Amino acid sequence: MSTRATTGQRAAAGTADYLDQRTGVGTAVKGFARKIFPDHWSFLLGEIALYSFVILILSGFFLTMFFVPSMTLIVYEGPLAAMNGVEMSEAFASTLDLSFEVTGGLLMRQIHHWAALLFMAAIVTHMMRVFFTGAFRKPREINWVVGFVLMILGLAAGFTGYSLPDDVLSGNGLRITDGVVKSIPVVGSYMSYFIFGGEFPGEHIIPRLFTLHILLIPGLILALIGLHLFLVVLHKHTHFPGPGRTQRNVVGFPLFPVYVAKAGGFFFIVFGVLALMAGTMTINPVWNYGPYDPSPVAAGAQPDWYMLFLEGGLRLMPGATEFVIAGYTLSLNVLIPAVVIPGLLFTALAAYPFIEAFATGDKREHHLLDRPRNAPVRTGIGVAILTAFFILLLAGANDLIATHFAMSLNDITYIFRVLFFVAPVVAFWATKRLCLGLQRKDRELVLHGHETGRIVRFADGEYIEVHKPLDEYERWIRVQHEPRRPLEILPEHDERGVRRKGYHRDALRARVSRFFYEDRIEPVTPAELAAAHSHGEHDALEGRPSSDGVPAEIASGPSVDARDR
Amino acid sequence: MKAIAARRHHRLAPVALLLLALLVTGGLYAALAPSAASASAPSEDDIAAGRALFQANCATCHGPSAEGREGAPSLIGVGAAAVDFQVSTGRMPMQMDGAQAMAKPPQFNAEETSQLAAYVASLGAGPAIPSAEQVDPSLGDAANGGALFRTNCAMCHGAIGKGGALSEGKYAPNLGPSTPTQIYEAMQTGPQSMPVFNDANLTPEEKRDIIAFLGEQDAGSPGGTDLGAIGPVGEGIWVWVVGMGLLIACAVWIGAKSS
Amino acid sequence: MSNEHSSTDLTVSGAGTSPATFQDPGMPPHQERMADKDPAAAKRAERQVVVLFAVSVLGTVGMLLAYFLVPSGDTVESMRTSNLLLGLGLFLSMFGIGAAAVHWAKTLMSDHEQAEARHPQKSDPETRAAALAALEAGAQDSGIGRRGLLKGAVVSAVALAPLTFAVPLVGQVGGDWDVSKFRHTLWERGRRLVRDPSGDPIRAADVTIGSAYHVIPDGLREGEHATHWIEEKAKAVVLMVRMDPRDLTEAEDRRDWSYEGIVAYSKICTHVGCPVALYERQTHHLLCPCHQSTFDMADGAKVVFGPAKRPLPQLPITVDDEGYLVAQSDFTEPIGPSYWERLK
Repeated sequence: MSTRATTGQRAAAGTADYLDQRTGVGTAVKGFARKIFPDHWSFLLGEIALYSFVILILSGFFLTMFFVPSMTLIVYEGPLAAMNGVEMSEAFASTLDLSFEVTGGLLMRQIHHWAALLFMAAIVTHMMRVFFTGAFRKPREINWVVGFVLMILGLAAGFTGYSLPDDVLSGNGLRITDGVVKSIPVVGSYMSYFIFGGEFPGEHIIPRLFTLHILLIPGLILALIGLHLFLVVLHKHTHFPGPGRTQRNVVGFPLFPVYVAKAGGFFFIVFGVLALMAGTMTINPVWNYGPYDPSPVAAGAQPDWYMLFLEGGLRLMPGATEFVIAGYTLSLNVLIPAVVIPGLLFTALAAYPFIEAFATGDKREHHLLDRPRNAPVRTGIGVAILTAFFILLLAGANDLIATHFAMSLNDITYIFRVLFFVAPVVAFWATKRLCLGLQRKDRELVLHGHETGRIVRFADGEYIEVHKPLDEYERWIRVQHEPRRPLEILPEHDERGVRRKGYHRDALRARVSRFFYEDRIEPVTPAELAAAHSHGEHDALEGRPSSDGVPAEIASGPSVDARDR
Repeated sequence: MKAIAARRHHRLAPVALLLLALLVTGGLYAALAPSAASASAPSEDDIAAGRALFQANCATCHGPSAEGREGAPSLIGVGAAAVDFQVSTGRMPMQMDGAQAMAKPPQFNAEETSQLAAYVASLGAGPAIPSAEQVDPSLGDAANGGALFRTNCAMCHGAIGKGGALSEGKYAPNLGPSTPTQIYEAMQTGPQSMPVFNDANLTPEEKRDIIAFLGEQDAGSPGGTDLGAIGPVGEGIWVWVVGMGLLIACAVWIGAKSS
Repeated sequence: MSNEHSSTDLTVSGAGTSPATFQDPGMPPHQERMADKDPAAAKRAERQVVVLFAVSVLGTVGMLLAYFLVPSGDTVESMRTSNLLLGLGLFLSMFGIGAAAVHWAKTLMSDHEQAEARHPQKSDPETRAAALAALEAGAQDSGIGRRGLLKGAVVSAVALAPLTFAVPLVGQVGGDWDVSKFRHTLWERGRRLVRDPSGDPIRAADVTIGSAYHVIPDGLREGEHATHWIEEKAKAVVLMVRMDPRDLTEAEDRRDWSYEGIVAYSKICTHVGCPVALYERQTHHLLCPCHQSTFDMADGAKVVFGPAKRPLPQLPITVDDEGYLVAQSDFTEPIGPSYWERLK
């Protein structure tokens, strides 16, 4: 046993020596092996996206072995009675073949599609985590933009892949794309020809989408994932505030062995969950939709979930906004929901770190995350954007809402048209209030401690509930954040009455800053805590002078406990 | 011919042969057997019983001699198929006014339904109830039915007939619970919002093909549970609930301190 | 409430004696796990990890067995069974490894949190100065600042070179770039309306009131269109319905475009081009399943709801000598979604 182990060790040492002499890998291993990563479940959301992508590549490779990206029409023969003898493109036929006649092909196809949906879901959730905790602040703004571009590429990858089987559902999706592209002023018709190689649908679109889907887009995603991870390593991961965690350190566990096991293990968990889903739940049953033909369409015509917000926007927009100007048609009823609104939404998202940096005027590096409650306006903005997005998602499913909740399709559309404008405002206000309330709760806890349910009576007949003060670790989480106040700006005119240069920019900045930080709750200071203790009748009785009279504890019976609660 | 010869050893050849044989027997049977309508012409007693049922249950809205009233159509000439469809699916008698009459447990048994149908058929010629073989899914061509379904039906009833929304609270129902006879009758008579598909638009054979296609759906999906077959929105919900749900649960487990 | 309290508190007490902010108490004391304190617990955790790895091995074996022994077969049931067994095997195979590794890390590997120092991202002043100097020296060396003509030449050459790639690509990627094709469909005077997809001609007498016919032009896949019939079909599909002529409201100039209550409209939505096909017989409304634009077939296919602006283009129809429905002409406007030069 021991000799074998030594043999193994000797072999390992030999290999390491060989590699190091040729690559100097020792330096990298020394740097990386004990690199510290902080531990929090929400830091694994990005890993779900990363692992989904790896699984997409693995399962996608399997699929490319059998898929034929061709729009040539053939007559299909196969086991499914409803498809046997039907004329269809080779793309559709090969999709059926790889599903039904390649053992395990259906599983791989379903893993691939579930992984695509999961990829986008994980990206969005990961972005939410980064947004709400303020992880995008300096020095990570660039990485936020890289992540944002990855999300857009994810959308593109999903869209190009969704259309490949050449079925009725995705074909109508392409047709909608064609309609949207044609609505673009001046160049719309030509862009449609550019995409389809002539008139819709033509015979080029599937091969073109295939090349984009398996070569260009995954290549770009891979490159940007490399950059994304490189920047994560360069910046070192952010961590949540807590005792011992500062802007100048990172607290957690070493890459080797803990994170190799945890993060590596998580890859297999993601793969396992996707296999479980693909083994039990049908996804994108193209044999139900049938091969593409320009005539049919099926009720429930929707894209995958990550494109549903565009569909929702198109459904909500009233038609009255198409105009003819000097003989040229301007289809704002298509342009606004399909181009302008997503454009604004995405630009706002991409630019947010820079907007907030402008408002705070903060040039420092931030490695400690914010608790979302401590940034009420940011949290409110995030929830408002998500609310608008969610309303659009629901609007994209309005026909299903109508049938499943026995409502009128038309009423639902009218309601969503209003909600799209009202709900984000309400969500912003409610979230901001909720955050401020939670901050007050934090102050309350720090100043007065936990309720214990123990009621005592003093000699003078006064009843109080005993509170247990927080220990210093608990307290630190609630008081560690720095208060943020609106920026003060210099007056418009200097002392000699001359207008100051750059005043307007400053005034704008002050307005934005006021919007962000005017309503605020500041963390408890030691002085406040001391004051609360010195005069607080609610606090620990131990500190109370005995001259007040000896407190008589009466509340040990269950009846008082019940009343207290 | 060469193509057929080449495919003679295909593993589906016996299936194709069997189908062919079935089709031939079915066709012969259809040509030679007496049609169902003429075989069991309703008796005078049935019509009288049907009239009595009609007066008691339907005349309030459709009028004492089925001539129709405001909001309730005339039933003269709608034929037995329309009555059988509406009554056997429980749509008629209607419980209350709404966007459309809803399917519910039928109020009349099979005999009463056929008596009502006989009575209404006696008022004026109209489509008859289809015979058993006209609606026999095993005689139809599911692939052709699928193509026809996609062109004529899927826009309202969904890709495989799970239903869909129409305007103003109306909807195209799920065809899963419908019997082949009811599906045939619905195409033939066009109940409520549904257009009529007469025998020139969809021939009786084509109707049977559609029934065969819908029959194929009973086997479910090869990929596992069909998640209601409502399309990508359902899949989107499940990827969040099951996929993200399970993985976030696992992430919390990974991130939690061990006791 | 605490807020008002605290502000009064602040005035009562002498704030000057305390520090302005709290001090970080530092890392809390490490708490030992069961497996650290109790060798039996450690042994148990190790066994659990081994079991989880064993589950993975069983899953792999199970999946391979399913692959060889349970073919996907020719029926829906057998395909489902095969897919389920392969999926469960793969699930156990993968999840077992994942769960084992994580459990190992959580219970047996060190759980002492460690701190690593961070350093500011920006490089120190000396490095910056050296970098700047290197760039300046390089620029100086190349003389790019002084040699204006050279600079112009570099810029022109590099800017023009991509044209060698872009021009051939853009020249051909859009086919013949003839966007005027949007304006014309296969419909022409005398072309029969036939059923989609069978191609059977339609006798006007066979179109009973309440019927809805999905229609394509006769000869769609013949002659010169045989190779690109799908593009022609994408433009030419028509929905034809018949209603009681008394229900029909017709514009003065379109009176003879219908035939005894039979009207035919383009099936391609004027919004973004989905096939509009949900015909509600009683209201004569036509609903698009994609974005729910609703058109009134009894009134010139005008929009009554939803995101479309324009009515569906109408196909003028009549009957030929044999009583079959035929087109009088092509559509009189481009069908389908709006585009910039549609009316030009």
